[in-house]
Amino acid sequence: MSSETQPKSETGTANRFVSKRRMKKLSQDLSTLWRVIRRDRLAVIGVGILVVYLAVAAFGELLAPHEPGETQRAGGEVLRTEGPTAGYWFGTTNYGEDILSQVIISTRVSVMVGLAAAAMAVFIGANVALISAYYGGWVDDILMRVVDIAYGLPFLPFVIVLVFILGANIWNIIIVIAAILWRDSARVVRSEVLSQKQRPYVKSARAIGASDIRIMYRHILPNVLPLIGLYAAFAVAYAIIYEASIAFLGFGDPTLYSWGQMLFQAYQSGAIRYAWWWVLPPGVALMLIVMAVFFIGRALEQITNPELRH
Amino acid sequence: MQRYVARRIGQLMVTYFAFLTLLFVIFRLAPGDPTTMFLLEGMTPEEREAILQRWGLDQPLYVQYYEYLGQLLTLDLGQSIRYEQPVTDILWTRFWNTVLLMGPAFFLSYIIGVGIGAFMGWVRGTVKEKGGIVLTLIARSSPEFWTGIVLLTVFSFWLGWFPSGGMRAPGYEAATFWDRYLSLDFVHHMILPLMTGVVFYMATPALLMRSSMIQVLNSDFIEIKKAEGHPEWIILYKYAARNSILPITTVVAIVVGVALGGSLVIETIFSWPGMGREMVDSVQYNDYPVAQAVFFLMGSVVIFMNFVADIVYVYLDPRVKYE
Repeated sequence: MSSETQPKSETGTANRFVSKRRMKKLSQDLSTLWRVIRRDRLAVIGVGILVVYLAVAAFGELLAPHEPGETQRAGGEVLRTEGPTAGYWFGTTNYGEDILSQVIISTRVSVMVGLAAAAMAVFIGANVALISAYYGGWVDDILMRVVDIAYGLPFLPFVIVLVFILGANIWNIIIVIAAILWRDSARVVRSEVLSQKQRPYVKSARAIGASDIRIMYRHILPNVLPLIGLYAAFAVAYAIIYEASIAFLGFGDPTLYSWGQMLFQAYQSGAIRYAWWWVLPPGVALMLIVMAVFFIGRALEQITNPELRH
Repeated sequence: MQRYVARRIGQLMVTYFAFLTLLFVIFRLAPGDPTTMFLLEGMTPEEREAILQRWGLDQPLYVQYYEYLGQLLTLDLGQSIRYEQPVTDILWTRFWNTVLLMGPAFFLSYIIGVGIGAFMGWVRGTVKEKGGIVLTLIARSSPEFWTGIVLLTVFSFWLGWFPSGGMRAPGYEAATFWDRYLSLDFVHHMILPLMTGVVFYMATPALLMRSSMIQVLNSDFIEIKKAEGHPEWIILYKYAARNSILPITTVVAIVVGVALGGSLVIETIFSWPGMGREMVDSVQYNDYPVAQAVFFLMGSVVIFMNFVADIVYVYLDPRVKYE
């Protein structure tokens, strides 16, 4: 899509036109995005699911029927690993806690980790890509070696060791996930910037004396935004998967409820053998949100790669 | 070609050196005294001193760093704190246990994934393709531990077809290497963890192969081949699929990295006595030499695979030789 909407040349008579044109381009991008998503039934489903999750994450406390950590009793007896009933739709855990409430409260962790880690990862990745490709030479060499090293780190072991050393709180987990996820966007966006660099609009911008920073961020960046968006979507999905895996292995933030943590407890307590009502809800919740993100990512892929569109 | 390979080897060494340095730094990042990880509470100062000396932690950092590099390069991975044995002894069988599980999982997922991807690209725009995409995306959306739990619940707890964990029937002590791995019992134990890995890892090559196929099928030379009247399957396999595989080779290394990391999860769920599970345990027990060694081994494999993938890529596509 970049090839359709990008200005062919930039004679740069007045800067106020630039911002106008950028606004126009942005609205064009957004309308293309919306058109592609609307035409793709899976992407529409993905957006729908995501909206529901965002609402649940925002209003979790209001929606949860019980306190997630509160021991539920019936006639003085603790309700230990009880199956679903009218009062407790998803049953209870081995400590008699309401599973539905825990699933609802947990939504926030996944949504937050997904969005925050992806934002950080893409921010780093896009900047590395722009600087690396734009300046080339030894700058490029050094930054790309750093990317190579990031690719050389086995993801999950790295995250676990660092989270363990730094302390298992949710922000450490987010930072550590971002610290390795940035490599994907860096590499892919770099090659796109390299090809954008050759286009006439960059040369004209340089000819009229635009600064490097300006060319990179005002001229090139808007043209690689769709690709950055695509990698942001992938980063959201992987961040959610990795946070859940860390929690499932027992290295999650112990003060927060999360789906991975719930499955860790179900597994540890041995309830996984029979208590399907404890295992199914967090797993399905996790799967659905990642799926929604991938569905949307697929639509974004059609924007960045027009050959996939027809 | 030779110049390219030489340059890549140089880069490999730089990358590897940086990786080793990072490893050194990470395991000294712990807040507070870097020695806390080695020490137990309630030790007398003399005991403490003795332990610090034994681990060489009383020396200046640069000496420690130098000795650390020397040890790793001679594959001396140190002593496990928990087992009080050389780490190499502990990890040797576990290394093979992991390789014999994750290796086949990786190869199968790649072969199946590329096959499915080629098929999806070929039947573009049909219901089959749609269904294939949805299934692939669902497979990729399920973290390994969730796929593992589902398989475990269905095939082990409900149907009872497969054991719920371990590598051999309880009480069995394998005497030799071959005895350990060459048996139906081993295969029986391996099927569920293997399936878990295959389901998750095949999605990436499948989706990449699909978009790669679509691009190749849109190109002119396929039109020419069609016009020349070649049978469909020849066009599919000989021309389209073969040319589409090229971009997939670069992600081989990435998928290997993911698969090695995934061994932590899969081995934990299925109590598979491999490196991944050993790493999870050793981190929990503060047995840093073991955790560090596993990290070192996994990182080495991934870096080496990246290198191989680059070389293979040039071999397959001579155009990139001199960038």
